[in-house]
Amino acid sequence: MKKNGSILVAGKKAPNFSLNSTPDQKVSLTDFRGQPVILAFYPADWSPVCTDQLSLYAEVMPEFKKHNAELLAISVDNIWSHLAFSKDRKLNFPVLADFEPKGTVSRKYGAFKEKIGEAARALFVIDDKGVIRWSHLSPDGVNPGADGILLALENLNRNQPVVQG
Amino acid sequence: MAATKTVPRRTTGKTRLETVEEEPETTRLVVPVDPGGDHIQGPLAASLTLVEYGDYQCPYCGAAYPEVKKIQKQLGSKLRFVFRNFPLSRIHEHALNAAETAEAANAQGKFWDMHDFLYEHQDTLGDPGVALGFAKKLGLDIQKFQHDLSQHTHQSRIKEDFNGGVRSGVNGTPTFYVNGLRHEGAATARELVKALEAPK
Repeated sequence: MKKNGSILVAGKKAPNFSLNSTPDQKVSLTDFRGQPVILAFYPADWSPVCTDQLSLYAEVMPEFKKHNAELLAISVDNIWSHLAFSKDRKLNFPVLADFEPKGTVSRKYGAFKEKIGEAARALFVIDDKGVIRWSHLSPDGVNPGADGILLALENLNRNQPVVQG
Repeated sequence: MAATKTVPRRTTGKTRLETVEEEPETTRLVVPVDPGGDHIQGPLAASLTLVEYGDYQCPYCGAAYPEVKKIQKQLGSKLRFVFRNFPLSRIHEHALNAAETAEAANAQGKFWDMHDFLYEHQDTLGDPGVALGFAKKLGLDIQKFQHDLSQHTHQSRIKEDFNGGVRSGVNGTPTFYVNGLRHEGAATARELVKALEAPK
C-alpha cells in the first residue's frame, strides 16, 4: 500500500514559497539558500503542551543550529493564531501561515490532507542548494520527535545525491 | 500505518537518496543504561528495564509518577527503573531548576528522595524554599547543595540526558522505553506492565 507516496521525496528540488511569518513580513525558502532548512508541516496550532512537536523543536534548536540549519514551521492557521501560539510556547523559529489560498504550499509538497483541510505532519530537510535530502510523513497524531531530522542533517555532508527532475 | 523514510543506497559508485516505505518504526533507546552514571532503582541484573525521560514540572509526568510506583511494587526485583532528565524548560519555567535540585541531592547520595519529593510537590516548584527545607530534612550539606544550584554544576549532565533522549526519539514527556523500545501506549501501570511482561 503506497499510503505515504504523496509527499515529495529526497532528490527533488524543493518548491519555493513565500509566506507570512508576521502580518507584514514574508519568509521565502530562497532567503536561506546556502544553509540547510528544515520544513515542519503540522496540522494545527494548540495541540497539548507536553507532547507538542514544535515545543520540542524549540528546545532542540541549539542542536539544529550546530548544523547551521534554519527551521520553518508551516500550518494553515492564520497569522494571528500563529503569533499567539508562538508566544505561548516561546518558539524561537518562524511559524508560517499557509492560509490564503489555503494549503497552497502544503499541497506543493504533497503534504495537504484534502478531506480535513489541514497540513499533514510532514518533515523535509533541504540542503544548501535547495534540494530535498530527507522527508518523513508521520501517522496522524504521532509526534515524530527530532531524531530523524538530526540524522538527516548529519548525513548532508556524507551523501551527495543525484538530483532528479 | 507505514511511514516513509529516506535511506542512502549505493548505485554504481554514487550515493542516491530515496524515500522508502517502512513497517511501523520501532524507536529504540540509543543510550544504553549505564550503571555508573544513570539513576537506577532495582537490581542491575533485573530481567525487565523501564526507562523514563521526565520533566519535574510536566503534569503528565506527575500523573505517571504514582503509576511507576505501582509498577515497581508489582514487579519487585524483576524490574530496574531508570530516570533520565528531559526538562522542557521553555514551556516549564521551573523544570530545569527542579532537575538541578534532584541532581544536587544526587551528588550527596539522595537522588530518589528528592526525585520523589519533587513529584509529590509539583505545585511548589516555583518556591526554592520548599526543596531547600526538604534538603535540610534529608541532612544534606546545605552549603554544597546551594553552591551546586547557583553554579549550575549539574546542568551539563542534564543536557546530556536531554540530548541522548532526543537521539532516542523522545517526543514529549514522559517518554518511556520498555526493554529498550519506546512505549507507544498509555503511561499507566496496566499498559506498562503489559508491555514489560510481553514476550521479547
